[in-house]
Amino acid sequence: MHIEELKRKSVESRKKILKYIYNAKAGHTGGSLSILDILNVLYNDVMNVSPENFDSNTRDRFIQSKGHCVEALYVVLADKGFFPEEDLLTMCQYNSPYIGHPTKAIHGIEQNTGGLGHGLPICAGAALAAKKDNSGVKVFTILGDGEMAEGSNWEAMMFAAHYKLDNLCAILDYNKLQITAPNEDVMGLEPIDQKLEAFGWAVKHVDGHNIEKLSQALRGLPLEKGKPTFIIAHTIKGKGISYMENVLKWHHGVPSKEQYDLAIEELDKQLQELETVSK
Amino acid sequence: MEEIKTIDAANLEVFSEVLQSLAATDRDIMVVTSDSRGSGKLVPFGQKYPEQIVEVGIAEQNLVGVAAGLASMGKKAFAVSPACFLTARALEQIKNDVAYSDNPVKLIGISAGVSYGALGTTHHSLHDYAVLRAINNITIVAPADNFETAEAIKQAAEMTSPIYLRFGKKTMPANLATNLNTDFKIGKGRVIQEGNDLTFIATGEAVLPCVEAAKLLKKEHNISCKIISLHTIKPLDTELLLASAANGKAIITVEEHSINGGLGEAVASLLFQNGCTNKFKIVGLPDDHTVSGSQIEIFNHYGISAEGLKNTALNITNL
Repeated sequence: MHIEELKRKSVESRKKILKYIYNAKAGHTGGSLSILDILNVLYNDVMNVSPENFDSNTRDRFIQSKGHCVEALYVVLADKGFFPEEDLLTMCQYNSPYIGHPTKAIHGIEQNTGGLGHGLPICAGAALAAKKDNSGVKVFTILGDGEMAEGSNWEAMMFAAHYKLDNLCAILDYNKLQITAPNEDVMGLEPIDQKLEAFGWAVKHVDGHNIEKLSQALRGLPLEKGKPTFIIAHTIKGKGISYMENVLKWHHGVPSKEQYDLAIEELDKQLQELETVSK
Repeated sequence: MEEIKTIDAANLEVFSEVLQSLAATDRDIMVVTSDSRGSGKLVPFGQKYPEQIVEVGIAEQNLVGVAAGLASMGKKAFAVSPACFLTARALEQIKNDVAYSDNPVKLIGISAGVSYGALGTTHHSLHDYAVLRAINNITIVAPADNFETAEAIKQAAEMTSPIYLRFGKKTMPANLATNLNTDFKIGKGRVIQEGNDLTFIATGEAVLPCVEAAKLLKKEHNISCKIISLHTIKPLDTELLLASAANGKAIITVEEHSINGGLGEAVASLLFQNGCTNKFKIVGLPDDHTVSGSQIEIFNHYGISAEGLKNTALNITNL
C-alpha cells in the first residue's frame, strides 16, 4: 500500500481507537496508540492475510502477545473488512464478543491472549509447523516491554534460535513505560539488543512510528537467514495525542468528553497536515 | 492397527509403541518433549521419526505454548512431560493457550501421582485432576491397564478438543477386565467386573488394588464387588455412575490423587445432586504432607492396597 495512504490510515485509526474506548469507557489507550503504526503496516503492507484467505492454512499469522492493547487490533481488523466496524460499539459491554483481550471468537484473530509471556511460545510452535510443512508462512507477534520480564519469553527465544525459525518475527513495542513506572525503574531491560542477540536472534532497531522504516524492516525479513528476527520498535505510549504521550496514567486511562474532543481535534489537524503535504 | 498386548507392560512403553504406529502413516503426529524423551520411553520414536519429535529442553511453559502453536497449524501435538511439572509449572499455558484458545493439544502427564516415590513431593502430582477439572474444555483420562492406554492414545490422536492423559511408571496389567472387556470409549467408564454388594469406582493405577481387594472380599467374606475403571474423570459417565448407584449399595472411590477435588469428589457431587443416598467413601491421599517411600509403600500407607481397601469395605458395609 502507498506510504501516504498508510500514514492517513494510521491517523484515522487513532481516531477510531479513541472513539471506541471513549464509548466503552474502558481500554488500554496508551499502548493501543503505541502499537497502532506497527499493526497498520503489518496488516496493510506486509502480511498475506485478509478475510478472503483467513481459512487458508498458508496465510501469514499474527498473534498479539500484549493482548491488552486489543483496541488497536480491533480497529485494524475492522478496517481490513473482517467485521463491521460498528460492532465495536459493543466493546466491553455485557455479552459482547469484543472483550478487552483478543479472542478467536472475532473473525481475524488467531489466538486468545491476555496473559503476558504467552504469544511468543505459541508463535514459535506455529513457525516450526510452517517450516515442517514448507508452507512459506511467516509468523509475527508484538510484545510489550514490561512483558519481557516473563521467563516464558526467554524459553521461547532459546527455542526459536535453536530451531533456526527465520520465518518468525517478534516486534518489541518499546515505549519504555509499564503500568507502575518506566521499565528501567520496574525491571531493567537494557541492554535489550545485546540480550536478544546473545539469545541467537537477528536484531534491528526501528522507529515504531515511522511508516516507511517499519515497512522496509518488516518487508525485508528475515534479517539473517537461519535466525529469528527481533524488531525493537521504539514507540511512544499515547502516540499522536499531545497530552497522552509518555504520560503514565494513559496506560488504561479513558478520556473525558473534553479530553476526547481535544484528541479528535488534534488528530483532525494531523489529517489536514498530511493532505497539505501530499498536495 | 497392532494387536492388543497380552503381556503386561509399562504404560509408557505402550504409549511409545502406539505413537510409532500412528506416526508411520500420519506425518501430522508431533511429539514435544521437555528433556523427557528418556522418561517417556520415546527414544525409539525419536530414532524412527526424527522429524516428528521436537525437543524444547527443560522449559515446561514453552513446551505447552509450542504444542499449542503446532496444534493451531493442524498438527496432532503430544506434549509429554512429567505430570508434576506439566500441570503445575505450565498450568497457565494449559488454561490459556490450550483450553481457552481451543487448541487440541494432547497433554501427556507421565510418571504421575506418586510414581516417583521417594523423590518426594516436588515430583508428585496429586493436584492434577483437581486443577484440570476446574478448567473447561479439557478431557481428563487415566488408563488402568495397557489396553486402556493404547485405546486412549489412538482416540486422543483424533480428538479435536484438548485432552490430558495421565500415565504412571510401573508395569501395568495387559487387561484388567474379567471378561477382557474391550469396549473402550473416552467419556465412558469401563466395567472391570460385576458384583452386587459394593461398588469400587477407581481410576488409573488405583484400579488394580481394587481388583486385588475384591478378590480378598469374595474369598474371605463372600462379598461381591463391582469395579468400574472410571478412566475418564471428565466428562463423567453420568449414565453408568447413576445406574451403578441405583442398587443403593455402598460406593468406594479410589484414586492416586489428593482426596480434595479429584475423582471421589466429582462422583460424590454427581450422585448427591441426583438424590443418591448410598454410603460413600473417598480413598486417596489425605490433605497432608505425603509420607516418604516407594509408590507401593505410599499406597499401602494410605490404604490404597488390597488389605487397606478390604478394611475400608468391611467398615463401610458394617460386616
